[in-house]
Amino acid sequence: MKVSLAWLREWVEVNPDVAALAHQLTMAGFEVEGTSPAAPPFAGVVVGVVLASERHPDAERLTVCTVKGPAEAPLRIVCGAPNARPGLKAPLALVGATLPGGLEIKRTKLRGVESEGMLCSARELDLGDAADGLLELPVNLPTGADLRAALDLDDTILDINLTPNRGDALSVLGLAREVAVLGAMPLRMPAIDAVAPRSADTLPVRLLAPAACAKFAGRIIRGLDRAAPTPWYVRERLRRAGLRSLGALIDITNYVMLELGQPMHAYDLRRLTGHLEVRYARPGESLTLLDGSQIALDPDMLVIADATTAVGLAGIMGGEKSGIASDTTDVFLESAWFQPAVIAGRGRRLGLVTDASQRFERGVDPAGQERALERATALLLQIAGGTPGPSTVTVAGEHLPRRDPITLRRASLRRLIGIDVPADRVGAILAALGMPPTRGDGELTVTPPSWRFDLTQEADLVEEVARIYGYNEIPDIDAPMPQRPAAAPEGRVPPERLALTLVDRGYHEAITYTFVDPVAQRRLFPDTPALALANPISAELGEMRVSLWPGLLRAVGDNARRQQPRVRLFECGTKFILQDTVLKEISSIGGVAWGDALPEQWGERRRVADFYDVKADVEALLEASGRADEYRFIVEPLACLHPGRSARIYRGTRSCGWLGELHPEQARALELAPPPILFELELDITSDAVLPAAQELSRLPSVRRDLAIVVDEAVTFSQLRESVTVAASSLLQELKVFDVYRGKGIESGRKSVALGLIFQDKSATLTETDVDAAMAAVRGRLQQDLKATIRD
Amino acid sequence: MDLQSLVAKGLAEIAAAPNAAALNDVRVRLLGKKGAITEQLKGLGALASADRPAAGARINKAKLSLTAAIEARAAVLERQAVASELARGALDVTLPGRGQRPGALHPVTRTRLRIEEIFRRAGFAVAEGPEVEDDFHNFEALNIPVDHPARALHDTFYFSDGRLLRTHTSPVQVRAMMTTPPPLRLISPGRVYRRDSDQTHTPMFHQLEGLVIDENISFANLKAMLRRFVSEFFEKPLAIRLRPSYFPFTEPSAEVDCQCALCDGAGCRVCKYSGWLEMLGCGVVHPNVLRNCGLDPERWSGYAFGMGIDRFAMLRYDVNDLRLFFENDLRFLAQFERA
Repeated sequence: MKVSLAWLREWVEVNPDVAALAHQLTMAGFEVEGTSPAAPPFAGVVVGVVLASERHPDAERLTVCTVKGPAEAPLRIVCGAPNARPGLKAPLALVGATLPGGLEIKRTKLRGVESEGMLCSARELDLGDAADGLLELPVNLPTGADLRAALDLDDTILDINLTPNRGDALSVLGLAREVAVLGAMPLRMPAIDAVAPRSADTLPVRLLAPAACAKFAGRIIRGLDRAAPTPWYVRERLRRAGLRSLGALIDITNYVMLELGQPMHAYDLRRLTGHLEVRYARPGESLTLLDGSQIALDPDMLVIADATTAVGLAGIMGGEKSGIASDTTDVFLESAWFQPAVIAGRGRRLGLVTDASQRFERGVDPAGQERALERATALLLQIAGGTPGPSTVTVAGEHLPRRDPITLRRASLRRLIGIDVPADRVGAILAALGMPPTRGDGELTVTPPSWRFDLTQEADLVEEVARIYGYNEIPDIDAPMPQRPAAAPEGRVPPERLALTLVDRGYHEAITYTFVDPVAQRRLFPDTPALALANPISAELGEMRVSLWPGLLRAVGDNARRQQPRVRLFECGTKFILQDTVLKEISSIGGVAWGDALPEQWGERRRVADFYDVKADVEALLEASGRADEYRFIVEPLACLHPGRSARIYRGTRSCGWLGELHPEQARALELAPPPILFELELDITSDAVLPAAQELSRLPSVRRDLAIVVDEAVTFSQLRESVTVAASSLLQELKVFDVYRGKGIESGRKSVALGLIFQDKSATLTETDVDAAMAAVRGRLQQDLKATIRD
Repeated sequence: MDLQSLVAKGLAEIAAAPNAAALNDVRVRLLGKKGAITEQLKGLGALASADRPAAGARINKAKLSLTAAIEARAAVLERQAVASELARGALDVTLPGRGQRPGALHPVTRTRLRIEEIFRRAGFAVAEGPEVEDDFHNFEALNIPVDHPARALHDTFYFSDGRLLRTHTSPVQVRAMMTTPPPLRLISPGRVYRRDSDQTHTPMFHQLEGLVIDENISFANLKAMLRRFVSEFFEKPLAIRLRPSYFPFTEPSAEVDCQCALCDGAGCRVCKYSGWLEMLGCGVVHPNVLRNCGLDPERWSGYAFGMGIDRFAMLRYDVNDLRLFFENDLRFLAQFERA
């Protein structure tokens, strides 16, 4: 909300130090986001009056004016404005004046006629947009006076960020009330007297939804001067509040809204039929608003209607049909009270947030309708004449908000704030806020003022006392903390541990959006249903990810386009899986390696990272659980992975992730060559760790025997290990595979595998015979199970 | 050649022997079976017996001096050989080491872990919860009914069934209050979502909220905790100030400004020359929220606070554009490899 300090000063004494005032307001919960001058800097501009104007001898569009300024002798000013006419008062920039933007006014010849200064438009002084003529000043301004002083332009505009609970402060009156409390100053409430009616003309008003609109004050005024201009000070105050001038009638309703916080509406009486009623919209009803937009009304939207049709969206915006036109002379003024809950959200649903709806949905003082109506009537009569009818107030009293007494206990204040605020101080604060307390035993009871919608229970008063007492006057006090030692369970691997494992293995952590491009996701996971957002911020962020891979692959692509030759990224986060319409959020860690296995360096041969490089990274993660032997890598199809270079990962019988090379077609589509290697693990399953249990160390020597065999390509290491382990007896401590060879010397379709078997007995030194027997069993088993040829 | 010349020549040859093999040749020529000195000894027989002892002694002395010279020369050559072998094996120690280079944690993670650590040490537990939430946990339980104007501040992502992406991590606290009897002391970090995207907003960002519920927890306790937290995070004593504000779920509510950590309050570009940085929102838990979560506000009270992890990360690491956190540009991420 933008507020003119000069206007505020009419209502309450304010601190002349603007910075101090802004600080005071900010520290009371009215954050002053900025202060700005009411007018940009300019100097040497005075009130000039045009005494005479003649056509320029050599220019069709120019006039030569005789203008009186501060000096006795009038000045000759050449001017191009169409409204330059005798009697007009307009801003006169004297020779030597500086205009906004730094333009300096000099004596100049225009088409041969010397101009001793310049007459200014509103835009030239940055006082408005109008540039099509001279700024017409009020005729009562003293000729020759400095314009800044004459128009009170050295005013400051406060830009205040009001919190949604304080709708009562959305006006000069409301803010003045706060300033008065903070500065312990009286509020200078101007007298607003009832206007005596000069006709008996009334318009019946029916409250058909009394819970939604419990009060409706209105009045007919006929015979307004439609040409009456808005007074300068009204226009200027509207401008300082950020509102445009739209003609005297509308300007006055806006002025009163800014001043008193009561939104008002003026109807063209000609366009109203019969009576006005306030009711909910009928099924299928629609309305064309003042801004020209046609809206379909929902049944929970409140409208103002005449005998035939809706004429306004209550509390939000008036209708086009009965809007004020340039020839309107007879009006009906509305000053109503609407239930906040009935207005709240409706405007936003239609994309309409208006000055009126903002106030009504936060709560407008239910006691202020008559006052606003009288204020607006008085101003209108003063400006545009007219014959007022009597003010009519239609009320459904039982639906107006009641303010129930609230009791503030001393003990609650101490318990919630942490200190004892002296009772006198508490009482004074509440009284200043418009609710003088009655004292009880260790408690105060107050009835909040009609304008405070936010005060309904004890905690609300605790806040008010703390706020006015000053948050920063409350000391810091350590809370007594119960001693409750707690440590993370050792049976869970913390995700940070896994993250750091990957960091140590050359991965950078990425954070990608949890919503992804549905097209990209569908390409990777055509069969996995995803949860779509109803209102995504853009189509490319349209649905929740079913895997960390769409985001990671996109990040790889982005980095590849930034000429990174090698990318290793991982992310910890949630994926969103729909299982038979039930959503599962699965904490996952996923990664991608693309490009060289190692950073470019002198000591290692360059090669592209492959399945086994990344498998080692995955194994490092799995080993953090202490039970790497529980995991198996099983060949299963996944559409986005290379069918021969991917595996599903199981812990026991539970699937817990995937590892594999991106399918070549996918890699081509993403323009990633070579194809990246991806992995993803579900943390719930892989984070279950076992406590280490120390084993007895054997003091006996171990024996190693190597064995080279040739098997079919299709035979997996997993099968070899199975056969060897079964055959070798419990003496086998460890099985290593130290070479896999294909090519020269090995028939095609077969491969040579070199195994190292390490035997050890915990109780006795192994004999050659024991080991020979075990090796013979292993050879036999491999030959039998896997058609292995033993090489020697 | 007389003995004296022989010795002199021999010593010269020994000193000149360039290596062990050459030295051995010299030794054989002088002291071998047919060596010059050996020949001299053999020649003693030809001398008069009276001359023999003196001549013999002279030859033996010559032999001893030559032997000693050879041994000394051998030791020198040995040392030289070792030295040259070491020299041959010398490496360029300035070449970089071999193998993988470490990556880095994301700065937001790094910041989150740091904040978690501070609160863990103060006895807070870390709690997590779902990111897809329902209206009750994200809004209603927190005293934000439908059509409440505060909802305008939470531009919310919805799903067609009415569920939504949480706009803050407060639902985690709601769940904790509903399931765990007080005293409660927890923080809930995580991703949150608002339908907003410009230079200073991303539709997804990170929040960390804290909650303490016990008997007699007050606004003064909240102030003490936040001041210590801010000073701990920035590793220097910093003043804070609390400004009254409005959150539907706390009362009294406050925005917390912290003395600018970059200029120590003197005023700089980051704090827009105000000396203060807006860092957190906080307050005393609203009695309606306690009631909605099944806690009796006459018995229990508490405080809650919330902060943007990303904002703390930006200030801590001098990051001037929030969007950098989500672009995953390796050139950016690699700057966090240190420490």
